[in-house]
Amino acid sequence: MMMSETKNPGYKQPLLKVRDLRLHYFTSKGEVLALDGVSFDLMAGETLGLVGESGCGKTTMGLALLNMPSPPGRIVSGSITIDGKEIVGMGDRELRREVRWAKVSMVFQGAMNCLTPVYTVRKLMLETWQEHASGKHPDPKAVEELMLRYTRRVGLPDHVLGRYPHELSGGMKQRVVIAMALFLEPRLIIMDEPTTALDVIVQAQILNLIKELRRDLGLSYLFITHDLATEAEVADRIMVMYAGKMAELGTNEQIFGSRGPRHPYTQKLLASTPLLRKKVSELAFIPGSPPDLISPPPACRFEPRCAFAKAKCGRLEPPVVEIESGHQVACWKAMEDSEYELS
Amino acid sequence: MSSPETKGPGEGPGRGEVILELRALHKNFLMHRGRTVIKAVDGLSFQLRRGEILGLVGESGCGKTTTGKLVMKLIEPTSGSIIVNGDDATRLRGAQAIAYRRRVQMVFQDPYASMNPHFKIRDVLEEPLLIHRIGATKLERTAMISEVMRRVKMVPVEDYMDRHPHMLSGGQRQRIATARTLILRPEIIVADEPVSMIDLSTRAEILHLMKAIQRDMSLSFIYITHDISTARFFTDRIAVMYLGRIVELGSQDEVIDHPIHPYTRALIEAVCEPVSGRVGLMRELPIKGEVPSAASIPAGCRFHPRCPYAKSECWELPEPELEDSGAGHLHACRRWREI
Repeated sequence: MMMSETKNPGYKQPLLKVRDLRLHYFTSKGEVLALDGVSFDLMAGETLGLVGESGCGKTTMGLALLNMPSPPGRIVSGSITIDGKEIVGMGDRELRREVRWAKVSMVFQGAMNCLTPVYTVRKLMLETWQEHASGKHPDPKAVEELMLRYTRRVGLPDHVLGRYPHELSGGMKQRVVIAMALFLEPRLIIMDEPTTALDVIVQAQILNLIKELRRDLGLSYLFITHDLATEAEVADRIMVMYAGKMAELGTNEQIFGSRGPRHPYTQKLLASTPLLRKKVSELAFIPGSPPDLISPPPACRFEPRCAFAKAKCGRLEPPVVEIESGHQVACWKAMEDSEYELS
Repeated sequence: MSSPETKGPGEGPGRGEVILELRALHKNFLMHRGRTVIKAVDGLSFQLRRGEILGLVGESGCGKTTTGKLVMKLIEPTSGSIIVNGDDATRLRGAQAIAYRRRVQMVFQDPYASMNPHFKIRDVLEEPLLIHRIGATKLERTAMISEVMRRVKMVPVEDYMDRHPHMLSGGQRQRIATARTLILRPEIIVADEPVSMIDLSTRAEILHLMKAIQRDMSLSFIYITHDISTARFFTDRIAVMYLGRIVELGSQDEVIDHPIHPYTRALIEAVCEPVSGRVGLMRELPIKGEVPSAASIPAGCRFHPRCPYAKSECWELPEPELEDSGAGHLHACRRWREI
């Protein structure tokens, strides 16, 4: 498989390397192949967007990067290295102290509505510290300072630390959740749908905050969402997943620029996104629904729904191929198209 | 009741007769033993025409869902009236109220929660017929169920009839939810965020289907959404709501391409689009903060505390009423000529 580790100008080295990661859910109905051989790099200081429909493995990927699959899931094989350190196979105790929140934290989907209602924001943050930071920030006195610094950093007044979640608005709660992901100073934050539950104006405010934090603190993000328009706004590179596999990975320009994406799935997804500023009479949609991941299609997983599918697509699985610098696609048609262009 | 399938001349969007009219509708909710009054809907007026899709667009807490429930007569308004064919629906009781609900049907947001999981699809669709005593025999009802399932493209009908809701995808459930409203042959459908829980790739399919059915049956739709982008695609006219009131109302092209009210402009400004070259840029947000509580609606223009153009007249003078800027494009902004 071709990878582009050194071809991303501006990002010196990968902070995160994922290789051939397989995570299966062992259910009573069978083995669900939720992540089925996914490989990618995330560079230091980069925002990598992860996009796809529900059930494609986005959230599973986020949890896998903390080595925290939700039961009955298990990482079956593959490797995840963060800062050069392998975390697959690492013990829970070490993960809690050395990885989760020390190096990688996560803004969980809908977390703003799951804050323990009887805890103040201070208590919520203290609990996070007790769980994770005895190694990195052992001094209890310094914690109050960290909490204050990061609540201010996300644009909240100091008194919020003494407030209960129900006393805060939706936008403020989301800021609290972001502060909780930040204050133990990780290098990578996994953002799982951080703006989907918010109203459009608050959404724009939070997106500005996320961009600002990255610029000022040099953070890296894995930004998970189903919404391509949001990815266009925040992500340097975008990885599109379909049914537990990577379909396409490209730069913001390669996916959203005038040439457009190469994988038919990404193309359709983009065409089905309603545009506000341009009037269209017809929106695209993809007939059918994503496959059952207990017994997925044997070759290309998108083949049953793909308008361009040929006999080959149902017989042979397309490999992930770099069709231009930094642009990877797993599609026979995209490969042939680009060969055609070259000749 | 006129048949929803007759389609007279000139009944295109925006030109048909008025089928539903809300007049100065208010709905207060009391909290803290009556010490706090939440004005969820606070002086709402609009007209819905036959064969038209009207979008009610606004952020959470603007009263759009409450409006849907009021139109459905699921809750009673505090004051104001809902006029349907000359009658005030808020006064209907008993059998008349049931007959009214047959004419006005609702598609709910969550296709997972709005169906009884013990029911088969056949039962889900038969229940409204039994409640409204339509179809004398089981056979007759089954024929009606098959017909409506074909209309929402759940074919072959036999494959789906005996399934339970959990065996269907979100998109298929929302088709069944649509079929459940259509089986009563309503005139008006209130759709509250019907596609917000459906995957992007099938969302457009459901909207296309709803639009096709709406045209075929000359139905009138109230489409409630927070998503102004789908409203542009799906609706004929858009009403923008803020804190229980309409601040702007007009054809979808007018409202989106030439917004007048500062709130509408901000809503449009905040929408992300899938185009490249935005990553390094911060979005200019003309308005600050979040929607205030409906328990303490600002005096004067209710938008003035967040408005970048507000002047003393905006909070000293009484609240501006909707006025026409031309061609049926209404807005409630006193300073619209200057800004």
